[in-house]
Amino acid sequence: MSIPVNRRTFLKTGAATAGGLLIGFYLPERNELAAAATDSKLNAYVHVGSDDFVTLFIHKAEMGQGTVTSLSMLLAEELECDWNKIRTEFPGVSPEYGPYQGVVGSQSIRTSWEPLRRAGATAREMLVEAAAQRWGIDKSRCRAESSEVINTATNARLSYGSLSEVAAKLPRPTAVALKDPSQFRLIGKPTKRLDTHDKVNGRAAFGIDVRVPGMLHAVVERCPVFGGKVAGFDASKSKAIPGVKDVVAISSGVAVIAENTWAAMEGRRVLKVQWDEGAVASISSAGISKDFAEHSQQPGAVARKTGDAAASLAGASKKIEAVYETPFLAHAPMEPLNCVAHVRPDGCEVWASTQGQTAARDIAAKITGLAPEKVQVNTRFMGGGFGRRARSDYVGEAVEVSKALGRPVQLTWSREDDLQQDFYRPAAYARLTAGLDAEGWPVAFSARLICPPFGGLNNGVARTGVEGVVDMLYAIPNILVDYHALDPGIPVSYWRSVGYSQNTFFAESFLDELAAAGGKDPVELRRRLLSNAPRLRTALELAADKAGWGKPLAPGKGRGISVVNNIGSFTAQVAEVSINRGKLRVDRVVCAVDCGYAVNPAGIEQQIRSGIVFGLSAALKGGITIDRGRVQQQNFHQYDVLRMEEMPAIEVHIVPSRNAPGGIGEAGTPGIAPAVANAIFAATGKRVRRLPIRSEDLA
Amino acid sequence: MAVVKFTLNGKPQTVDAVPAMPLLWVLRDTLGLTGTKFGCGMSLCGACTVHINGQPVRSCVTPISTVAGKTVLTIEGLSADASHPIQQAWIEEDVPQCGYCQSGQIMTAAALLAKTARPSDADIDEAMHGNICRCGTYDTIRSAIHRAAEIKRGAGASK
Ligand code: FES
Ligand code: FES
Repeated sequence: MSIPVNRRTFLKTGAATAGGLLIGFYLPERNELAAAATDSKLNAYVHVGSDDFVTLFIHKAEMGQGTVTSLSMLLAEELECDWNKIRTEFPGVSPEYGPYQGVVGSQSIRTSWEPLRRAGATAREMLVEAAAQRWGIDKSRCRAESSEVINTATNARLSYGSLSEVAAKLPRPTAVALKDPSQFRLIGKPTKRLDTHDKVNGRAAFGIDVRVPGMLHAVVERCPVFGGKVAGFDASKSKAIPGVKDVVAISSGVAVIAENTWAAMEGRRVLKVQWDEGAVASISSAGISKDFAEHSQQPGAVARKTGDAAASLAGASKKIEAVYETPFLAHAPMEPLNCVAHVRPDGCEVWASTQGQTAARDIAAKITGLAPEKVQVNTRFMGGGFGRRARSDYVGEAVEVSKALGRPVQLTWSREDDLQQDFYRPAAYARLTAGLDAEGWPVAFSARLICPPFGGLNNGVARTGVEGVVDMLYAIPNILVDYHALDPGIPVSYWRSVGYSQNTFFAESFLDELAAAGGKDPVELRRRLLSNAPRLRTALELAADKAGWGKPLAPGKGRGISVVNNIGSFTAQVAEVSINRGKLRVDRVVCAVDCGYAVNPAGIEQQIRSGIVFGLSAALKGGITIDRGRVQQQNFHQYDVLRMEEMPAIEVHIVPSRNAPGGIGEAGTPGIAPAVANAIFAATGKRVRRLPIRSEDLA
Repeated sequence: MAVVKFTLNGKPQTVDAVPAMPLLWVLRDTLGLTGTKFGCGMSLCGACTVHINGQPVRSCVTPISTVAGKTVLTIEGLSADASHPIQQAWIEEDVPQCGYCQSGQIMTAAALLAKTARPSDADIDEAMHGNICRCGTYDTIRSAIHRAAEIKRGAGASK
């Protein structure tokens, strides 16, 4: 068996894995092809122990999407192991784990589909071979089932555990056959999550629950204005608070360190800091909006050009124009950001719930001056990530404080810190223009999109600013999409479904406007424009059918539809709303999704619902506003989210598919805002063109 | 600093703490009971819910001094083996996603069930309104509460 890693370094991070069969394999990252896998580059391991337990060591972190369960299903399918004897560990990041570790863009199941099944099949073949040798028979007379190898002639059985040591000494088979999907017994069956038990008794260890001997607690006072710097501070009152141990300046602000989190917070409350607020102190939401509007008069960098939209618009029978706007949004995961760091002269250990393990290691190495291999990152359960935990700013802060004190320190963000010092979903602005032909069908569509860029610019275009419009599947002959990268200095980053979170609202609401202007039914119009996009069209038809599209509704009620293709999945949603004395209620959401092969239908349903609730919170309530460079929202009373009694009835329908699995964690989020806005239009004739939806937009 | 005596998960407990220190931080940082979670610190999210004398209370805004002589129950003390009807139902219905809000959801739901044997949807709305779940598990929480009520009444084994 060729495992080009130091087995001891690796194993010390895991469970009791001494002995047994260990198979290393490679899970491609991001958009890498599975073909890039080579034996010299391993980043995941399967271990079959002499105790019969199978452990999957993966670097994909769990933030709530049920990834662990789906990945375990892929493995167990081919390994033929007992589902109750499989467990998962997230080893600490180490250089052997490849160049990039992290969970963003819903790619976990997409990139793991083949290699995990192959790893399971490899382990199974070796165990079968070991049994065949023990019995002195050909392996064709053996069968694997439920963590045992069975001699088909005698019905004798050998457990995986009893074979694992021998199997470990066998050569690794060069080629293994994978099951045809028709033979799957686990994949495709609704399967419960593996991690539930510890999540109902308080035992699941989140980052914030890490306790290290000798650990102190820290909170940081940061400049309320983005980009501001500490000019000076007076810690005398802080140090008088019982339990406060120290106050130190770090690059992001001033850290108060105490015996417990509350004492640190109290110390921070009386801390006096003078700030050099910097240039962003003159920025406010109204100014940003005005700037967006001005730029929308000028052409931007071209992101898509199909046909000649300008010429077609000039000759169109009817021209429709609209301006849409969406706000900055915070991630607000339930578990506030936190990190434990212990910096020693010869090494650094970090415990964090993070979506970006490699980034965490790199920032710790940079701050401490240690080589990256001297940094150990231990991943814990994440109390939600939604993109925020792909950043490692909070890891860096903990490392800086621990370095200054020479002790282990837990750094905790308050909810106020979380809402006021986020990397936000950018505010965005869209100027949309379309032309209809004499029969009312769209012939030209032009979108000018404006928002702060992140993730890099390509010929002036940030993919994160245009996705959702640039990749629309509608067969409109003339399409122009251009983009202005306007950066007012407010930090922005990935937020569940990224650019789709605003652009799908723009595109799908505007398409509804075109339907109304052309006298078309919104489903009929989409069906026609999706003639070349069968997967999205099937989802559209299924959602419309299940929702009873076209059936009459009581007065004050309306239905709206939207579609989106993101992360390799195709989703359609119908929202049903009622408006009662100026109050909006979303009664029902019917969602149809084609996310390729449905590995775990139960998990898919859960993730779709979760994504819809997340998007609905934003559509109905979400909005971060800026005044003089400061975020105005402080806690959940000013940044509210959907509550129990506001929950619509959600139905999820999965389109049967044999395509490779698509992502699912972000598939439900983009479509809900336009579906609701379109339903409001159906109910009231009022077009909602900005989010969040306000009561004054309903009447 | 003041010495505060109370009953914690059925056992006598003594802590020496600043009187204003919230119970949440005494539990998490002083006593190492990390099952009770911090979410907002302002009684806005419910993540820190515990029972004090049987009532659901937000421990983030409960000074430790007010707990003297009282009985505190946290998620760790709800049952020894996740056998409380609410926990059983939570497992059956596969409620948790990230799981972070769930200690608070479970403690709030357990208090509802203790007082209302057959909670209606409206009872659930009212009791659970203050517990935020960013993963959006509200509908499974609702069905799990109904299921827990059945379990508690002895109305059938797991489905
Ligand atoms: S932390 Fe106590 S209610 Fe949010
Ligand atoms: S399960 Fe994640 S916040 Fe509720």
